[in-house]
Amino acid sequence: MLSRIAESLFWIGRYVERAEDTARILDVQTQLILEDPGVDEETTCRSLLSIMGVEVDPEDTATAIDTAEVLRVLAYDTSSSASIAATLAAARESARRARETLSTSMWEAMNTTYRAIPSGHFRSMRPPVAFRWVRDRAAQINGIGEATMTRDEGYQFLVLGRSIERADMTSRLVATAALTSGSAWGTSLRACGAYEAFLRTYKGLETERGAAEFLLLDRLFPRSVVFGLTQAERALESLESAGTRVGVQNEAQRLLGRTRAELEYRSLSDFVAELPSEMERLQRTCALATDAITRRYFAGAEATEWHGVRA
Amino acid sequence: MFEDYASGMGAAYDEMYDASDLRTPYRQLQPSLQEMGPAELQTRVEALQSSYLDQGVTFDIGGEERAFPLDVLPRVIEMDQWAKVEAGVQQRVATLEKFLADVYDAGEVLNDGVIPRRVITTSSHFHRAAAGIEPPNGVRVHVSGIDLIRDDDGEFRVLEDNVRVPSGVSYVMTNRRAIAAALPEVFAEHRIRPVAGYPQKLLTALRAAAPAGVTDPNVVVLTPGVFNGAYFEHALLARTMGVELVEGRDLECRRGRVMMRTTQGLEPVHVIYRRVDDEFLDPVHFRSTSLLGCSGLLNAARAGNVTIANAVGNGVADDKLVYTYLPDLVRYYLGEEPVLNNVDTWRLGDADHREEVMDRLDELVLKPVDGSGGKGIVIGPHATRAELDELREKVLADPRSWIAQPVIQLSTVPTYVNGVMRPRHVDLRPFAVNDGHRVWVLPGGLTRVALGEGELIVNSSRGGGSKDTWVLAGKSRPVIRVEPERTLPHATPQDVGPALESFSSQQDQQQQQVETIEEQPC
Repeated sequence: MLSRIAESLFWIGRYVERAEDTARILDVQTQLILEDPGVDEETTCRSLLSIMGVEVDPEDTATAIDTAEVLRVLAYDTSSSASIAATLAAARESARRARETLSTSMWEAMNTTYRAIPSGHFRSMRPPVAFRWVRDRAAQINGIGEATMTRDEGYQFLVLGRSIERADMTSRLVATAALTSGSAWGTSLRACGAYEAFLRTYKGLETERGAAEFLLLDRLFPRSVVFGLTQAERALESLESAGTRVGVQNEAQRLLGRTRAELEYRSLSDFVAELPSEMERLQRTCALATDAITRRYFAGAEATEWHGVRA
Repeated sequence: MFEDYASGMGAAYDEMYDASDLRTPYRQLQPSLQEMGPAELQTRVEALQSSYLDQGVTFDIGGEERAFPLDVLPRVIEMDQWAKVEAGVQQRVATLEKFLADVYDAGEVLNDGVIPRRVITTSSHFHRAAAGIEPPNGVRVHVSGIDLIRDDDGEFRVLEDNVRVPSGVSYVMTNRRAIAAALPEVFAEHRIRPVAGYPQKLLTALRAAAPAGVTDPNVVVLTPGVFNGAYFEHALLARTMGVELVEGRDLECRRGRVMMRTTQGLEPVHVIYRRVDDEFLDPVHFRSTSLLGCSGLLNAARAGNVTIANAVGNGVADDKLVYTYLPDLVRYYLGEEPVLNNVDTWRLGDADHREEVMDRLDELVLKPVDGSGGKGIVIGPHATRAELDELREKVLADPRSWIAQPVIQLSTVPTYVNGVMRPRHVDLRPFAVNDGHRVWVLPGGLTRVALGEGELIVNSSRGGGSKDTWVLAGKSRPVIRVEPERTLPHATPQDVGPALESFSSQQDQQQQQVETIEEQPC
């Protein structure tokens, strides 16, 4: 398939997942700030922005960093690239570029989702309703994709993007849970839709360590970091259908595989002790893997320019 | 909703009403709409609009994406009227093919003096770079859109030929689906020739044009990209043909062959249905700064390794000055009389024509010969004195670049405007596909509507709308009814979960009831 289209599909996977996970993270954090009087709003908001990769100028005291500001930057403001609104628009733009390869129903699902942004519908929803809406729309898009897409290269690129993004974003969710103590873990699990699964798996014993373990390492839960990394590895494997007898030739596969093995084989206590920095390391790996994938599969999409001279 | 319609009708031929009598093609349509009532129709109109936005059936104006405007009332054309249009378009395309083959080869038409040599050599679309490129199956005009209008007498006339990259066919297909969904009961009362077969016809023609020796050609659609006004169409054609939609940057020419960049490396390309203008196609030969094409395409085509459809240099055939010679060309190449007439035209490059026209600028339409999309057209009666003065100067400075035509009142068709039907001017662009054996004309084509009252320019880039165009299939054939089977097959699913059990037993009961009804003697 065309390199450019493969790249678009990869990013559709990433953007849709990013919009959904950002909504999940915001849902947890805004609830926490509201419900827990022990939480300092400003500190939490600043940390949240930094975990989501948004630079905040520490000198700038004019702008209050509060929930409203966080919602502006991470949910509604289309000029902020980290916002859900901008992410959904980017997903739709990628879909428009790969329009001929998407099923009509998948395109329509993405297009109608996007239309809520310029029409002001998304902005007008109350935050909890908006977050739920984003989750539902993402589920619809993913579901239609699962139901209508041939399992060809294009599908593998979509899954690859989605899986890498999910590993990355779950690690951010874990990092935000570590911001505050106490009820944060339970809320994080709920945000992932993992609470019931977690309770069943851990027989009702709710501990911070157990929650971290579940979100990072559970091999069966689809939003855990390990699950995401494994999915990404599988997608890469089927893209490299030729197969190699010795070692792993694909740089992205190597990066993801090594990180997954580290997660699985290092003691959990080590991780939990340095959760924020470990999670940052994980996010760096995801970024490096994306670079490697871009070089390996999409590099051809770069335009070669003709420097002609008019005779 | 049609109450005051007749009073709004102007001098133009109205396709639905002859004075206040309904014309034949609309005898079924009008009462059905009347019966539906204004409130219901309004609901359907709104559903129509939002469905186009959801589907992303849009085009771009200056970077802004808009839903393509589609009027709810279809335009109906009867079988015998259509037969003439079809024959006329086929004749026209056959002539243009012969003409192009001739001017890029021996130029006998010029030697025989049918058309002056300077008309060709001064055309900005005559590309010497295209001379000597032999299309594999002899086809240069794989796709054409011949613009037609109906004059005061209702006669179809050719307004212009588009044999470069005519666009709009995607809207023919989407309009049909949208109208069938919006007016299913009205649709069912007519027998309408289908349009959905277009992509397959196009693909067949493109494959037939593959370079010699290539049995399973790789066909691609080349688009300038998402910012192009017609991107929707490019994506739709690629999707419905099941081929790649490529941009210039996806292509690379190596040793006279065209390759595309894929995740598995470079893959060969054999046929390019390009939706990029000549000037941007190959920076080696045309604009050296173009990023929309790919350098080396033309050499690859010359080497016979790739087919470019439509062929480079076709623009000379739809130059508006060449258009004026088309009836002569039909006689010259085919030995036939034209089935469809041109609109009367003066060539301002000819001194005597110019003399006839210059004093009457205020009553004529003036068109630049190489313009498209309605650009640069001046409609005399609608222009101010200053505009006419400016026009006169332009014409005198470069008379070769202009033609003049009488103001023709394009025919009108009722169009939904704020809850009532009003007459609006329309034209028609039928699309034809040439696979080398036969010129196939899509039944219907794109009807464009000038949405403003009295407006004569219908281009979508100038705020025009569109209509679904129904070509009737004639008298209905006897429908063969298949006798229903005596017993219904059991549709009960084999495996059902516990939650479904009660439901499926209900279904069983209902089915049994149906069976007993069926078994009763009629």
